[in-house]
This record gives sequence, C-alpha cells and structure tokens, in this order.
Amino acid sequence: MSAFLASAVETVEALTIVLAMGITRGWRSTLTGAAAAGLALAAIVAALGPALTVIPIDVLRLVVGALLLVFGLQWLRKAILRASGWRAVRDEGAVFERERAAARTAPHQERAGLDWYAFTISFKGVLLEGLEVAFIVLTFGTTQGSIGLAVIGAVAAVVLVVIAGVVVREPLSRVPENTLAFAVGVMLTTFGIFWGAEGAGVDWPGGDASLPAVLGFVLLVSLGYVSALRRRKLMPA
Amino acid sequence: MKRFAMFWWDFLVGDDWRVAVGIAIGFGLTAILAATSVPAWWLLPLAVAAVLWLSLRRVVP
Repeated sequence: MSAFLASAVETVEALTIVLAMGITRGWRSTLTGAAAAGLALAAIVAALGPALTVIPIDVLRLVVGALLLVFGLQWLRKAILRASGWRAVRDEGAVFERERAAARTAPHQERAGLDWYAFTISFKGVLLEGLEVAFIVLTFGTTQGSIGLAVIGAVAAVVLVVIAGVVVREPLSRVPENTLAFAVGVMLTTFGIFWGAEGAGVDWPGGDASLPAVLGFVLLVSLGYVSALRRRKLMPA
Repeated sequence: MKRFAMFWWDFLVGDDWRVAVGIAIGFGLTAILAATSVPAWWLLPLAVAAVLWLSLRRVVP
C-alpha cells in the first residue's frame, strides 16, 4: 500500500512534466526519455534488491528504518505545512504551464535522432520522481521479504495514473495529492519507527501487534500538528 | 562531482538537516536504553514526534 500510494503521487508529478513535453515538443523524444528513465529505475531495483537481502536482518532494519524515517518525515512535514496553510498546495496546472512555457522557448538540438531537450527533461522528471519510489519499494520489499509485491504495487499505481492521464489529456489537478502525501508520510514514518527501533535492539510489547498502535500514534500526532498550525495561522498577528 | 553529492544530500536529507540529525540521536539513545533493563520502545516515537514539531516550528513563526 505504501509503495502504491507513493508511486501514485510521484507519477502524477512526473506525468505533468511528460505531458507538457509531449504536447509542446512531440511525443517520440519525450516517451523515449520516460522509457529510458523507467529502465534505469528498474535496473536500480534489480541491482540493489539482491544486494540488500545479504545484509543481516537487524542491520537491515536499522538502515531501512532510518531511510524510511528520513523520507517519511520529509513527506509528512510538507503535507502538514500544506494542510495547515503554511505552504502552497502543489498546483499541477501551474507546473504544466511553466514547463510548457520553458519548452516553447528552449532551442531545438538534435542528438541521436531525438529532440534532446524533450528527452532530457522527460528522463530527469521520471527518474527523479521515481527514485524515491524505487527506494521505498526496495526498503519495504526487502524488510517484508517480497520485493515483487512492492514492485507490483508501484507499477499498478503508474499504470492507473497514466491511463487517467491519457483519458483526460491534461495534468491530474484533481487528484488529492496532499492527502495521498500525508498518508504516505504517516505510513513511512510508522514503519520507520517500528523497524528502526527493532534494529536498535527494541522489543515491541506484543511484537508485530504493536504496529497499529504506532500507526495510530503517528496519525494522531500529525493531525494534532495540522490542527495546531492551522490555529496559529488564524491567529491575528 | 559536487552536483552529484548535492543531489544525494538533497535526496536523503531534504529541506532540514536537523531532522536527519534528530533521527540519528533518537536511534542512538534508543540503542543505549535498549541495552539496559529499562523498556526502550517508547523513546523513538516520542523522539520522532519532537523532531517533527521542531522542524515544523522552524517554518512557522
């Protein structure tokens, strides 16, 4: 579920860039760039996946926990600031128009038979948005013993979002991106705390049964922070 | 090389390096407490909540 939701959010953002490039500069170079980035992400997962499985489980939990906490708190921090009004909600329509304006004025340079600008922007957009998803797939997959399942979750989200993008032929502005990002942040932080603490030598009361309690704690704390920051926003200066 | 290092710094550490430092301190304290006979499971959730609040308050005046 975490890999699916994280992939959905990042795919919406990557789709905006790919759509802007494709509509403005043509689809062949844009889709080649996106496909090349997809292959690079698949290669990263395929190369690092088996390497991670040879790490001792306690060390793996500590490393995975730390990574998930770092990523999770980044997602959660942004989502809380956006939900409480202290940071602008990402506007896919505005990003789309900005990318199109830049694509219109960029010079045409052909390399390997491709429009190099469309190729590189599309490649970078998909690779950068997808890299975090690749790490989430790797961390969840290795710790739960099923990288394949995490990959299926992430790819399913990509397929769904791309189908939606092809159907509406515009950026997916109505996707509740911040709500999804909030959910991803809560889940990554929860698993980061749980596995990281285990890796540091903690025995959770009740073992795995305490995971829902950690999830509830993270959710309540996060919602409490949103509420507190909203009140602060409404306070007269 | 510098741009490559900057990319990974930004990717792993993000907007606020204090969060990464706070997490590292939280793990360290949890490991120390877990090595004693005192239950340590409560420490990391509280540390994470505190780190998140401090990071948010850096943005919100």
